[in-house]
This record gives sequence, structure tokens and C-alpha cells, in this order.
Amino acid sequence: MRKRAWSACIPVAVLLLSAAIQAGDWRQFRGPGGSAVSDETGLPVKWSATENVRWKVELPGRGVSSAVIADGRVYVTASSGYRQRRLHVLCFDAASGKKLWERQIASTGSTMCHPKTCMAAPTPITDGRNVYALFATGDLAAFDRDGDLLWYRALQRDYPDISNQVGMAASPVLAEETLLLPLENAGDSFALGVDVKTGRNRWKIPRRRDINWVTPTVTHFHGKTAALFQTSGEITAYDVSNGGILWSYKGDNLGSVPSPLVVDDLVIVPGNPSLALRVSEGDKPEVVWKSRKLAAAYASPVVYKGRIYGMTGIGVSCLDAATGEEIWRERLGNGFSASPVIADGKLYVAKEGGDTSVVQLGDKPKILANNALKEPLLATPAIAKGAIYLRTDKHLYCIAAKK
Amino acid sequence: MPRLGTEQIIVLLLLLAAPLRAETPSPLARLKTVGREGAGNVAASRAWKEVVRMGPSALPAILAAMDDADATSANWLRTAVDAIAERTLATGKPLPTEPLEQFVRQTRHASTARRLAYEWLCRVDPKTPDRLLPGMLQDPGPELRRDAVAAVIKEGQTRLDKNDKDGARAAYRKALTGACDKDQVDVITKQLDKLGDKVDVAAHFGFVRQWLLVAPFDNTKDAGFNIAYPPEKRVDPKAMYKGKKNAEARWANHTTASPYGVVDLNKVLGKQKGVVAYAYAVIESPAERPVQIRAGSPNGIKIFLNGKEVFHVDEYHHGMEVDQYIAKATLKSGRNELLLKVCQNEQKEDWAQQWKFQVRLCDAVGAAVPYTPIAVKTVNPPKQEEGKP
Repeated sequence: MRKRAWSACIPVAVLLLSAAIQAGDWRQFRGPGGSAVSDETGLPVKWSATENVRWKVELPGRGVSSAVIADGRVYVTASSGYRQRRLHVLCFDAASGKKLWERQIASTGSTMCHPKTCMAAPTPITDGRNVYALFATGDLAAFDRDGDLLWYRALQRDYPDISNQVGMAASPVLAEETLLLPLENAGDSFALGVDVKTGRNRWKIPRRRDINWVTPTVTHFHGKTAALFQTSGEITAYDVSNGGILWSYKGDNLGSVPSPLVVDDLVIVPGNPSLALRVSEGDKPEVVWKSRKLAAAYASPVVYKGRIYGMTGIGVSCLDAATGEEIWRERLGNGFSASPVIADGKLYVAKEGGDTSVVQLGDKPKILANNALKEPLLATPAIAKGAIYLRTDKHLYCIAAKK
Repeated sequence: MPRLGTEQIIVLLLLLAAPLRAETPSPLARLKTVGREGAGNVAASRAWKEVVRMGPSALPAILAAMDDADATSANWLRTAVDAIAERTLATGKPLPTEPLEQFVRQTRHASTARRLAYEWLCRVDPKTPDRLLPGMLQDPGPELRRDAVAAVIKEGQTRLDKNDKDGARAAYRKALTGACDKDQVDVITKQLDKLGDKVDVAAHFGFVRQWLLVAPFDNTKDAGFNIAYPPEKRVDPKAMYKGKKNAEARWANHTTASPYGVVDLNKVLGKQKGVVAYAYAVIESPAERPVQIRAGSPNGIKIFLNGKEVFHVDEYHHGMEVDQYIAKATLKSGRNELLLKVCQNEQKEDWAQQWKFQVRLCDAVGAAVPYTPIAVKTVNPPKQEEGKP
């Protein structure tokens, strides 16, 4: 009896331990659960290329992928060489910036893309033990924290009719030991659920034939873990365990880049207009509100304390998540390829020119700083353990207040 | 029954194990058995660790294993090389530089493996490029060759800076003999042009310039991509086909003057949407040989060589560049027929109006292969670009 009681405690202990270990990490595109919200506090508000820089490292090539951080290690990808045929996965010590290892892969797929993006466009993801790096070429590699190759896939060799001459960019996400890969393109278009242990397919589901860059969002519906995949014409919830469709909603002018997000019982679908859907017990999505105030282009919106913050062409809009009513808007300039992130009640907005605006959130916004790095900055910032990680075209910056 | 001693038991076990050992592939061989969709990943992961444990002395053997590895296996091997070399240097131990340099010099090895060895040599000895690159202007490896070309381009610029025009011209001409990448060829030809030395860029790259063109076949709702219209069955240069909406479609000659072999179908055939055009060329190859048919197009295309489809892509209006698509094929000795299907869709946006293509014939490194274009007679007058005589 006593033994059984202890056994029942073990999963709880593991969960608590896991949560404690994960706390402060930034493990995937847009951080914890893809929420773009960090619990970190005491982050710097002002910085430059020299001020509040804990460390800065030169990278071997371009990337619009973000850094991911777990267990004191920072992972980042890059692409280099003629026609970006060389792909890099790098691991740095979070405290010192010392490079711990680097592995290179020769691209096995097409490297043609729009000049704004590159082959290191998808953000890698880590479960704390291993890192999974997907490139726009369809090369997908899993390494352990010490750089041992666990498995590797050449997806454009597996599926030669994948075709996106603008460049793939959606990031992989993890759900229940399944790596979800959005491979929506103009040719053989599909999503894959891959076993993280082996790299083999758990399921493969057809998707609409069109180029698309939306990173899926993992959530739960009626006791099932679901992944929300969105294109310009629909948003569909798939059962992560088998790839089955839970529900789908067809719409017009939905976003083909920003990710959907979940606020309480609402699914916010970025687009023009953006939508809020409520999914009933019968898995029937109903439109709760529509708004053109959240006309997302590239950046994914972020929700914080019941409000949605989304980039427009010239700044940020704040909407009430429940009603879609605009509360305020603020001009911040332009060039928002990166998604905004939130920590300590502040919105961090990286811009293509290298500036990052820091906005104090509240009933009225207050711009606290515009921090210039004077380098192209298209990657979404990452925040972990008291530091902000900014990945520019040439460098990875660890921005942290001096202790 | 006689009792066996310990030594006898060990020998017996070894004898029993011997056939097993012989049948167990080496970890390098096991790394090369990974298949499609991750088949063999688990075994390969174990083999990868064994390979890494082989240490730096095994680097030449691991690199040599890339010679017959496919692209997937080659990346397993590449990461093992990186792990060994990185960990060896991290512990203050040397890499086996002499065997690695020998490996780089042996052009029979895979170009990716030789380049990998070269890059590790460069990390431990920054003078490696000065030592190796001068002999690599005609290297079969694209990356080594590219660096060798870059070094000679730099030499040309140095000569120019010293106002040594003859020396610069000689250096750029030398660089051109190895250059296969568009960016490098552009730099070289621009400088040579300034020095009064014209280069036939299309000939340098092996672009096909003489074509027979025919259109319009129906591509309403992109369906024509998968319809085999008569030219896919047999090309008759004198034929008249019933095309889209019963339009007469007849073959006509066209020779492009573009240095990059671009055939702008909107200008040659007139702007049309939802249609398919075919482009046909006959070339004579002096010998049977492997060839890369490298194409660029913002449209859906199919490429056929001697009646066999060798490439297809069904994507529209997402850009075009030199060497965008690569089809690997074999040229016959003598006459070869090249057929291109170029599909235009019905998109109305300004950025979705282009209808064009370019094709070149080259080897694996990107150097033009020798061939002679064969003129094909039609019953129709040749087509020129709009506004050109």
C-alpha cells in the first residue's frame, strides 16, 4: 500500500522537477509553449552593441531563426557558403558564450529563396536533452546536448516534390514526444509527425498546396492534445497522437506567416481580418469576433493578461482578447519580420534595421527605449535566465544587466 | 565426454564468434545503410558513436567512406568527422594533417569529403589555401574550385590596382577557365569587358540558345502540367497542332541573344495566360557522357531528354535564377533531343506574369559540356522578341 502511494507521487515529482528545470528556458520559436511570454524579470531595458552585452559571438552565416536556450546551453542555426549550401548547428555556453560544439550539414534540398530569408529560417527546438534543427532545405537533424548525432533526415530526398522557391521558414514544434513539422509548399505539401527518438514518421497528413510559413501552435481540446495548422485559407486542429482532424475552419485572407494563439477558450487566428474562434464540445468553431486592427503580416501576435498585442505596418495594436476591441495603438516604425515577445510587463519588438523597441505595457503604452545594434535583425528575440538573446545576420548577442 | 579447459573454451567461443564478426558490417558501412524516411536511423545512431570513438587516426578512412555514400549518409559521416576533429583539437591533440592533405589532393575522392578535410586543415594551418588552391583551378570539387577561382580573381584585382592591364587580363582569363558560378563569372567578364576583352557568356556556361517553340496548349486551372500534349509523344517540326481554344500551334525557330540563355516567351510568343509552351532543341554530343541539365524558370516546367522525363517542378512565380533546378541525365554520343514544357498559370497579379526559361548543359562542377547545336527546319518563319528585327 505504502509502495503504491509512493508510485503515485512519482509522476507528480517528475512533473514538478521538469517544470523547475524548464523554468526560465526558451526552448522553441516564441519561447514557452510558443506563447512568446517569459516569466523572467530584471531584464535590461537599454542596450547597444557594447552596453549591457554579456557576450557576443560571431556566427558562421546568416539566420532568421531564433536562438533556443535550455539547461545553460544556447543553440542556434546558420546557413553559409555559395547558395547557402552549408548548414550549421551551434551550441554555446549560456554563461560565457563559449562555443561548445558546432556541426555542419551539406544541404540536400533546394536553397533558392527570397533574399530576405535564408536556409536557417526555421527556429530549432529543444526538449532540454536534445536539439532538433530543421532547415529550409528540408534537412532535419537531432543532436544531444554534447553534439552527438541522434538521427538525421533529408526530407527533400524523402519527398522530392517539395517545392518552395521563396524558402520554407515554419519552425518545428514538440508535442508528446512527437516533432511536428509543417512542410506546406507549392508541390508535395504535407505535415509530418515524427518520433523524436528515432526520427521516423508517426504520421503524414496532406496539406493545401501553397507556400506557407505558419509555425503550428500546440494546445488542448476536450482532453486531446492538438496542433493548430494555419494557411491563408483555413485553420485546422489535428490530433497529435494520430494526425486525425479534430476540427477545421475555412476563411479568407488568413495569415500565411503568423501563428495562431489560444486565449482561454478562444483561438485567435491572425489575418486580415483576424478572427477569434470558440470551439464548442461538438468541435464546431464559431466566430466570436473579427478585427482588422490586428492585420498581421509576418509577426505573430502575443497575448498577455487578457490582451492581444500584434504588429501592424507601423507599430503595435493592443486588443481586448475577449471582444476584439482595440484598446490602444502605438507607432514604432516599421520592418517587423520578428515576432514581439513579452517579459516583466514589457513588450520587446525587434526591427529589421537592428533596433529593438521596449514598450511598457498598461492601459497606455510607454516607449522605454529603442536599442540599436545597427545590424539586420529578423529573428525573434529569445529570453532566458535573465538574458535577452538577439540573433542578427552576423552575431548572437547575449544582452543582460551587469550583476 | 571429455572436459574442456578454459583456454579451449575461449578458442571455441572465438571460433564460433568469427563468422558473426565477419558478417557484422563495420560501423562505417552501417552508417551508409540509412534509407528513406529515417529507415535505419536507430542503428545508424549507434554506428555514429562507434565511428566517433575511432578517433582522429580514422579520419581519412571516414572521409573515404563518403566516396560512395548518398547525400543522406554523407551527412551522417560529415558530422562524425566534425565531432572527432573538434574533440581532438579541444583536448590539445593534433589532427593527422599529412594524411588529410594527401586526401585533399586525391581528386578520385568525393568532392564534399575533400572539402571537409581541407576546411579542417585550414583551421589548424591558415597557410593551407596558399599551398593547395593554386593547383585547384580545374578541380572537380565545386567548393575547392570556387576558392581557387576567387584567389585568381583577387590576383587580377591586385594587377589592376597596379595598373598592370596585361597582367590583369591574363589573370581574369585564367580565372575564367575555372569559373562556373554566376557571381564569379559576372565579376570576371565585367572586368575583362572593361579591359576590352569580350566574353561569350552563354557559350562559357553552355546555355542552349537555339530552340523551336510551339504554343498555346491549354493549362486552364494548371491542369495542362499533367497532360501529355503531342510534342511529348513525338516532335514533328512541321506539324500543326490544335491548341487551346482550337488555336493553331506551329513550331517556329527562335534564337535567344541573352547572355544567360533566357527565352522570354511573353516577348516571343505574345503574352498568354493558362497556357503551355514547348521548347525543343537538338544537340550533338561528341561522346556519351553524364550531363547536368540546369534550368531556371518562374513557371511550372518539365524537362525531357531523348523522350524521357528527367525533371519536373509544378511551382509558379516564385523567382528564377541560373542553375535553379538541376536534372542529372546522360547524353548519347551523337544526336540528342531536348524538350522543355513551360507552363503559365492564370494568376492576375503583376508579379505573376513572367513566362520564360533558361537551360544549360554542364558537368557536375558546373562547367559547360561540349556539344554542337543542330539546326532544325520548320515550315514557319523564325520568331523574334517583340521590337527586334
